[in-house]
Amino acid sequence: MRYAEASYSGEGGAAREPAIANSVFGVLVFIVTEVMFFIALISAFLVTKANALQWPPPDQPRLPIAATAFNTLVLLVSAVILFQAGKAFQREGFAKRTEQLFLLALGLGTFFVVFQGFEWARLLSFGLTLQSSSYGSFFYVIIGAHALHAVGALAGMARLYIKMKQRQLRLQSFQAGLVFWYFVVGVWPILYVLVYLT
Amino acid sequence: MAEVATQTAHQDGHHDHEEPSFWSKYVFSTDHKIIGFQYLFTGLAMAIIGGFFSYVFRMQLAFPGSSVPFYGVVSPAAYNMLITNHGTIMIFWVAMPVLIAALGNFLIPLMIGCDDMVFPKLNRLSYQIFLLSTIVLIASFFVPQGGFGGAWTSYTPLSAKAEYNGTPFGAPLWLLAVTLEIVAFLIGGINFITTTMNARAKGMKLYDIPMVVWMIVIASILFMASVGPLVAGAVMLFFDQVLGTSFFDPAAGGDPVLWQHLFWFFGHPEVYVVLLPAMGVVAEIMCTFARKKLFGYKMILYSSVGLGILSFFVWAHHQFISGVDPRAAYLFTTTTLLISIPVAIMLFAFIATLWGGSIKFNTPMLFAMAFLGEFLIGGVTGIWLGSSGVDVYLHDTYFVLAHFHYTFVPIAVIAVFAAIYYWFPKMFGRMMNDTWGKIHFWGTIIPFNGIFLPLFVLGASGQHRRIYNFQNFPDLASENFQDLRIFATGSLIVLILFQIPFFVNFIVSLKRGEKASRNPWKSNTLEWVAPSPPPHGNFGDELPVVYRGPYEYSVEDREEDYWPQNQPPQAAARS
Ligand code: HEM
Ligand SMILES: [Cu+2]
Repeated sequence: MRYAEASYSGEGGAAREPAIANSVFGVLVFIVTEVMFFIALISAFLVTKANALQWPPPDQPRLPIAATAFNTLVLLVSAVILFQAGKAFQREGFAKRTEQLFLLALGLGTFFVVFQGFEWARLLSFGLTLQSSSYGSFFYVIIGAHALHAVGALAGMARLYIKMKQRQLRLQSFQAGLVFWYFVVGVWPILYVLVYLT
Repeated sequence: MAEVATQTAHQDGHHDHEEPSFWSKYVFSTDHKIIGFQYLFTGLAMAIIGGFFSYVFRMQLAFPGSSVPFYGVVSPAAYNMLITNHGTIMIFWVAMPVLIAALGNFLIPLMIGCDDMVFPKLNRLSYQIFLLSTIVLIASFFVPQGGFGGAWTSYTPLSAKAEYNGTPFGAPLWLLAVTLEIVAFLIGGINFITTTMNARAKGMKLYDIPMVVWMIVIASILFMASVGPLVAGAVMLFFDQVLGTSFFDPAAGGDPVLWQHLFWFFGHPEVYVVLLPAMGVVAEIMCTFARKKLFGYKMILYSSVGLGILSFFVWAHHQFISGVDPRAAYLFTTTTLLISIPVAIMLFAFIATLWGGSIKFNTPMLFAMAFLGEFLIGGVTGIWLGSSGVDVYLHDTYFVLAHFHYTFVPIAVIAVFAAIYYWFPKMFGRMMNDTWGKIHFWGTIIPFNGIFLPLFVLGASGQHRRIYNFQNFPDLASENFQDLRIFATGSLIVLILFQIPFFVNFIVSLKRGEKASRNPWKSNTLEWVAPSPPPHGNFGDELPVVYRGPYEYSVEDREEDYWPQNQPPQAAARS
């Protein structure tokens, strides 16, 4: 069986075939806001950093650069695998392979979030807290904002996975989820370079 | 949805239900028209609260220290809370919900000829979040130590720490309410943009889209692109308030001006977010009642896109005295002066549309024309303020206040009334009374100028904004000045009284107005093809097909002076 067709009411009674499906289009519009949101956080961070006498503050712990590099790799791989799942879904519809690829991508995404969680716990125990310095404040707000996006996206994709199992997933919903995950993965390396490396 | 999922595409499942209950019809509806009404009525109710606040603080300014009827004595903290929430309400809970959300929801599907928004459930969620934000805001007035009083701009560090602003609960609740409101509009904006791009009637090309729909869409894009930084700032400010971070507190290494940048990066585009839909409303009404084609459709469209882009590069004109580098101030002065060009182009295009038309001066048209004249004053004074040399003197005076009320009142009051009088027959299937409408019109326009013209004078004489009692300042306590203040307050009371005919007219017409035909104004756009009021699903079984642009009025060789968008070309010979 192919993917489910758009069918429920209200999905646009339009008499036209849109160039970009509704759900994908909606997510793209949302991403515009998201990009501006992260740009604002990052520029606020860069301004504060530029004005600081010493950066990072000498009495604050250093961020785990190598471990996070590994985790970054995991996240990037999850996007590649999700891309493969998308291709498989488009070509073969509901198939075992699609489900397996999707599940693998979800697993890698979850690994990323959990790994980050452990790193946070360690940093907290080393004395880097939200209130310990503006270094800490920015770290937790920026990286936390990204983590929230990742968790939200994973929850959404888990729902899509269930729908796929029930053979009710529509191609455009899947693609919308995919596009959002690309965004979550895409901003991460930028955050990594700006927050961890420089 | 389950039973519907088995149907084939395009067989709309939602026309053949049994009669829905009151709750599912009016409260939990996903129908774009009902959601539009929910936004409209919430917005109007908030306008009453915001208007009442302005009455209270204007009374305090005119008669300092005396007991205000229906309120009592105004304390300094209450004064700050009242002006703060007046501004907040008028911008976020009146202009936005009415101009963007109510009109956008009601008009977009009707004017582009489809049966609903593309994401109806998200649309309902949008209103529910908005309603929640409204409740949070109102609750914030009643918490211990009172509502937030740090002005609608919420400048840091005052807003960042309870030790500074004295409202440990009011300030975070205010911020939460604004953030929720923004989330509601984000969801709405996604719907508006996607629906307009993907669900237009067959045959409706990009340049056949009515101007008001374009304007709401461009405004939504502007909003989506500018609001991210405000949300980022709001999160940081909320952390400062509640979790003890110091992003904005200089005492602990933060940067208070950072907030100003984040706020105004959103704040200036925001003024165009509300301006553009108002311009669109005026365009529709002027074409219909001048019986003329809109002058320079594409020029208006391109101007508004240019204006949208430019609006991201002017924000620091609000910060000329916040330590902005003079070279940067020069740059921002230039962009600010540039941005008045597209605004002027639009105004001239509207005047050219009127030129030589056979104008019908009914209530909606009067309001639309008043919009042009009054907004002009706001725009021109904006150019003065945009020149940094002038602004260093005038910043944070009543001159600025009068400036933005001459932009904001035309937008959020005059254009909104124009829209209500114009689309009331379509919304509710009955006509409003035109004579009472005209009384309401003059009773609104004349006192409006009576309030704000004196404030230009006071501002130019150095009267600072946000002062509780001018009698404490010898330079500002003179009798002449006080007379002007009393005159402004008196005008406000007259204006408020003249809103009574509007509300009475509205309510009486709902029940007893003359029944409206499908197309009482003989207009071209698609909403007038649907029955008045349009049923669930809008156009019945067959969606309209579009053959031409929206403004084919007084076309030569045609008997009728209008030519609806959906009328097939061969019908031209017959009619
Ligand atoms: C022709 C275009 C406009 C120009 C050149 C312009 C320019 C300015 C400038 C330079 C200021 C800062 C003055 C100061 O604080 O010292 C200002 C303030 C303001 N303007 Fe405009 N403006 C324009 C249109 C508008 C519109 C369309 C709106 C509203 C819908 C608006 C709303 C405001 C508000 C609310 C403020 C005061 C903000 C505050 O401090 O609370 N302006 N304008
Ligand atoms: Cu501005």
